[in-house]
Amino acid sequence: MLLSDKDRIFTNLYGQHDWTLKGAQARGDWDGTKAILAQGQDWIIEQVKASGLRGRGGAGFPTGLKWSFMPKTVGERPHYLVVNADEGEPGTCKDRDMMRNDPHKLIEGCLIAGFAMRAHVAYIYIRGEFYREAERLEAAIAQAEEAGLLGDDACGSGWPFRVYVHRGAGAYICGEETALIQSLEGKKGQPRLKPPFPAGVGLYGCPTTVNNVESIAVVPTILRRGASWFTGIGRENNTGTKVFCISGHVNTPCNVEEAMSIPLRTLIEKHAGGVRGGWDNLLAVIPGGASVPLLPKDICDDVLMDFDSLKAAKSGLGTAAVMVMDKSADVVAAIARLSQFYKHESCGQCTPCREGAGWMSRVMDRMVAGDAKLEEIDILEQVTRQVEGHTICALGDAAAWPIQGLIRHFRPEMERRITARRGAVAAE
Amino acid sequence: MSAETTPTAPARDETPFAFSEASLEEARRILAKYPEGRARSGILPLLDLAQRQHGWVSQSVVEAVAEMTGAPPIRVWEVATFYTMYNKAPIGRAHVEICTNLPCWLRGSDEIMRAARDVFGVGFGETSADGAATVSSAECLGACVNAPMVQIGDDYYEDLDYDSAVALFTAIKEGRPVKAGSQIDRQCSAPQGTPTSLTTDPTTDEGGRWIAPESPAASSGTA
Repeated sequence: MLLSDKDRIFTNLYGQHDWTLKGAQARGDWDGTKAILAQGQDWIIEQVKASGLRGRGGAGFPTGLKWSFMPKTVGERPHYLVVNADEGEPGTCKDRDMMRNDPHKLIEGCLIAGFAMRAHVAYIYIRGEFYREAERLEAAIAQAEEAGLLGDDACGSGWPFRVYVHRGAGAYICGEETALIQSLEGKKGQPRLKPPFPAGVGLYGCPTTVNNVESIAVVPTILRRGASWFTGIGRENNTGTKVFCISGHVNTPCNVEEAMSIPLRTLIEKHAGGVRGGWDNLLAVIPGGASVPLLPKDICDDVLMDFDSLKAAKSGLGTAAVMVMDKSADVVAAIARLSQFYKHESCGQCTPCREGAGWMSRVMDRMVAGDAKLEEIDILEQVTRQVEGHTICALGDAAAWPIQGLIRHFRPEMERRITARRGAVAAE
Repeated sequence: MSAETTPTAPARDETPFAFSEASLEEARRILAKYPEGRARSGILPLLDLAQRQHGWVSQSVVEAVAEMTGAPPIRVWEVATFYTMYNKAPIGRAHVEICTNLPCWLRGSDEIMRAARDVFGVGFGETSADGAATVSSAECLGACVNAPMVQIGDDYYEDLDYDSAVALFTAIKEGRPVKAGSQIDRQCSAPQGTPTSLTTDPTTDEGGRWIAPESPAASSGTA
């Protein structure tokens, strides 16, 4: 069953309505926020846990559990909430819509989440290219301050709370939470070793929680409609609504908020106008942003769009960025393009990623033309295994997985190119 | 990080940089966001501010930002070279950044690249002979359902094809005003044509404004 508008959270996702505080309040934002805060920190965290909300930035870690890692009392070091708005995972463009069209959902979410983790300050780290979205957020924050929803007595709660926007400057790696913290401190965005985790030692060495825009922006609505409402959508352990980004070879690419666990085929056909040339013209789908392995058509036929279903299919929900390739697509060139991306974005700190991403990209470029030996496919696969899991952050994994997916599902196509080129060279 | 084009030291500038009065006021607003003693958090935004005034990051820009944040100049320079948005050399009047990542490529970013070459006469990393524009290849800019797209200055131009890209680039070259956003008049990221969601009035119960009776928010009005 498709999600109804009544169950949608981002009711101004497309920006048809007024984004300002007045418009947001007419849509129900800031309804009863003070009463929610009056329930106290533990109640809020328990409700978020009960809702089953899993992080919307890619990893899918339970949000309420993450918040509970913050110290229960504030010592000498203040607590910080940091919102990850460094949206840069290829295929992903959902946080942008939330920030430009529904900014008050994020700001209200910052207050509730920040209060729950005993922080008085939230920083929204937004990618530098989103200049207009940063402007919009700053304007919305000014409106909230003016109305007393943020400030020394935020929303009449007695809790001082402020939200600041910090713009990045162009580096995919800053979407990794510890790289983001480094960048917010004015440094190169090179990830830190964990432990210590940010909840212990984060921004300025203080307890910090970093959450994706969507994870924070959905919280006020969950608390208004109830955790049981959220768990009633999707499947167990994969609850709630999710904003999907459907791009590539579909008739009408779009963002749309749907129920978690919606079948991939239904999502594409109901909202994105179907695959160009019809479902049978489908070649493959990358279901969760560039970092997750692609799925060939036979898996796409009935796979569900949620964390567990896609994991079982050896891929992942990631950021729920669905990139569709029809039969006209050069799938080897597509993955080679992603390899170039990871080579470009490796921060250079860990040797397996720095050297491996470049090596894999060079080999992938040869695979596009078939300029390789058949046994190099196995060597390439082995190298991805040596990069995966051997780096400080997940960028090494992200560089490895798309190639593993390609070899798993399209090895015959890679072999065909190598053999065809051999034949062509021999004939000369 | 693009190692192949990154110089090892900041280029010296003929006209030394100093923050203007307007920039200084903005710099104070930026630095007020961070706690006492954490002015180095301002390095990224101050480099951006200086670049907006000066056009690029020269040695004197690095020194000015270093002085204002209390960081050694080398720390500022390593930041400037790590992030792609800082220009380490002067660029054309407009910076045309063409997204070539997968979602844009699947929808024809090669054609946008061709349009840029046809209008500006240059390829990636080059500035047109008339100084109108520097053309760059960009990684994913996060507007994937409106692909292919380009960023020019602070704005996104979306849902392009060869013809609309030629029209856009020609206007940029001739200094005429251009309209940001979708070039086919789409409503942000909504699907083209008949809407598939969000057709109900969002201020009503059915449109999503409702509170469960058991929620503490139910007992009180608007905050």
